[in-house]
Amino acid sequence: MNKLIKFLSRRSTWSIPYVVFLMLFVVLPLVLIGVYAFMDYNGNFTIANFVKFVEQPEAIKTFIYSVAVAIITTFLTILLGYPAAYILSNKEYNRSKTMVLLFILPMWVNVLIRTLATVSLFDITGIPLGEGALIFGLTYDFLPFMIYPIYNTMMKIDKSLIEAAQDLGANQLRVFLKVIFPLSIPGVVSGIMMVFLPTISTFAISELLTMNDIRLFGSIIQENIMLSDTMNYGAALSLIMLLIIGITSFFSGSDESEVSHGGII
Amino acid sequence: MLLAVLYTPILIIAIFSFTETKVLGNWTGFSMKLYTNLFSGGMSNSLVSAIKNTIVIALAASTIATVLGSIAAIGIYNMRSKSRQAVTFLNNIPLINPDIITGISLFLLFVALGISQGYTTVILAHVTFCTPYVVLSVMPRLTGMNPNIYEAALDLGATPFQALRKVIIPEIKPGIISGFILSFTLSIDDFAVSLFTKGNIGLETLSTYIYSDARKGGLTPELRPLSTIIFVTVLVLLIIINRRSAKQAKAKV
Repeated sequence: MNKLIKFLSRRSTWSIPYVVFLMLFVVLPLVLIGVYAFMDYNGNFTIANFVKFVEQPEAIKTFIYSVAVAIITTFLTILLGYPAAYILSNKEYNRSKTMVLLFILPMWVNVLIRTLATVSLFDITGIPLGEGALIFGLTYDFLPFMIYPIYNTMMKIDKSLIEAAQDLGANQLRVFLKVIFPLSIPGVVSGIMMVFLPTISTFAISELLTMNDIRLFGSIIQENIMLSDTMNYGAALSLIMLLIIGITSFFSGSDESEVSHGGII
Repeated sequence: MLLAVLYTPILIIAIFSFTETKVLGNWTGFSMKLYTNLFSGGMSNSLVSAIKNTIVIALAASTIATVLGSIAAIGIYNMRSKSRQAVTFLNNIPLINPDIITGISLFLLFVALGISQGYTTVILAHVTFCTPYVVLSVMPRLTGMNPNIYEAALDLGATPFQALRKVIIPEIKPGIISGFILSFTLSIDDFAVSLFTKGNIGLETLSTYIYSDARKGGLTPELRPLSTIIFVTVLVLLIIINRRSAKQAKAKV
């Protein structure tokens, strides 16, 4: 009994419930995706699900198309979000943080309602829905997720570094290129993670924005996984998605360590 | 300019919440009918139950996530660095995974275990993606804390549980509160995870209701005043919080 009390009052013991929880609800489910992906309807081992993916031109096409749309969206959010974050981190706007709040606030409106509002915006102005609307809508929906991490890293930049560069005779442009830009890269990287991955896997937004005309990879996964006879194929597609996540986070992870390493030097 | 683009769609919803039309973009004269409908129960039962479900699930999930996450954070903070890194890595997985992967993996778990999906599974799923955020918001509070205070309490004869209640919890309280608020908003906002774990017993949250509504072709008009009200409430709350922290910052100077 005494031993038990001692064990319970060691504070590192307290993480055990959560570790068990993580194993059961995070690790095991991800392993299950892998298991189901290599199983046929009757539970036997097979690679047929992957063969099906490679052999179906439609699935491959959608996959490549989704990656392309995600890259364009990510690029646009950087293009729009980076200057916005730069302006926001400037002293003059930063007094009351009201501007920052105004940029983050749209994140609190349900993403589906925002998307439907975008649809109505296109209806009112008479622009037809389609590819353009899709990319506009995705950029609009994910822009705050790019601005916020970039803004955060910019705020953390040591102001004395900028002053030092100015004292040493650098003009505004050079200060930006040599000091602010390199130091803000980690923010851009986490912004990419927060925009690129959700964009590939989105399904509801693309369905609403194109009247179900253009389907992204997420839609295909969703359609297959919900039906019991194509569930294993859906799991295989999810595994491919997981692979992309792994690759993306591996690259951004190594980028980040490089940057922080360079920062120390 | 960018702000204008960001807010146009929201403004459109707000403006069209004052007219009765079924389709957005078709102004049929000023009317408060949608607002009165919203409060007098003149709207469909399924929307009412969707709103109720959303709130119940969000409250349950964020409460469980806050308790689980806070206790876990204290535990993780006191672990040796190797195992600490491992748990932190696990904790980051739900943060990186897109919603659809979290949803699908949990869906497969419930299918494999033969658990019928409904209220419980949605709450469990929400706890899964909320808890990491609680851990992340409590952690900085723990690292910023002076560890000697806890030791001092023990030296002065406090039991570990007294020391926890009197020393650690007051110190990390702001982190716990922000973790709870974050979990609550995440849960309310969630769509994909709920969609995959709600099963087919007819359980709908606000997000899944909007989704099936929009797929049928039209959006229930009462959703416009509802989202306007939610938006204005959040706006006012944020402005108040902002004013207060600005005042505190001034007072300190």
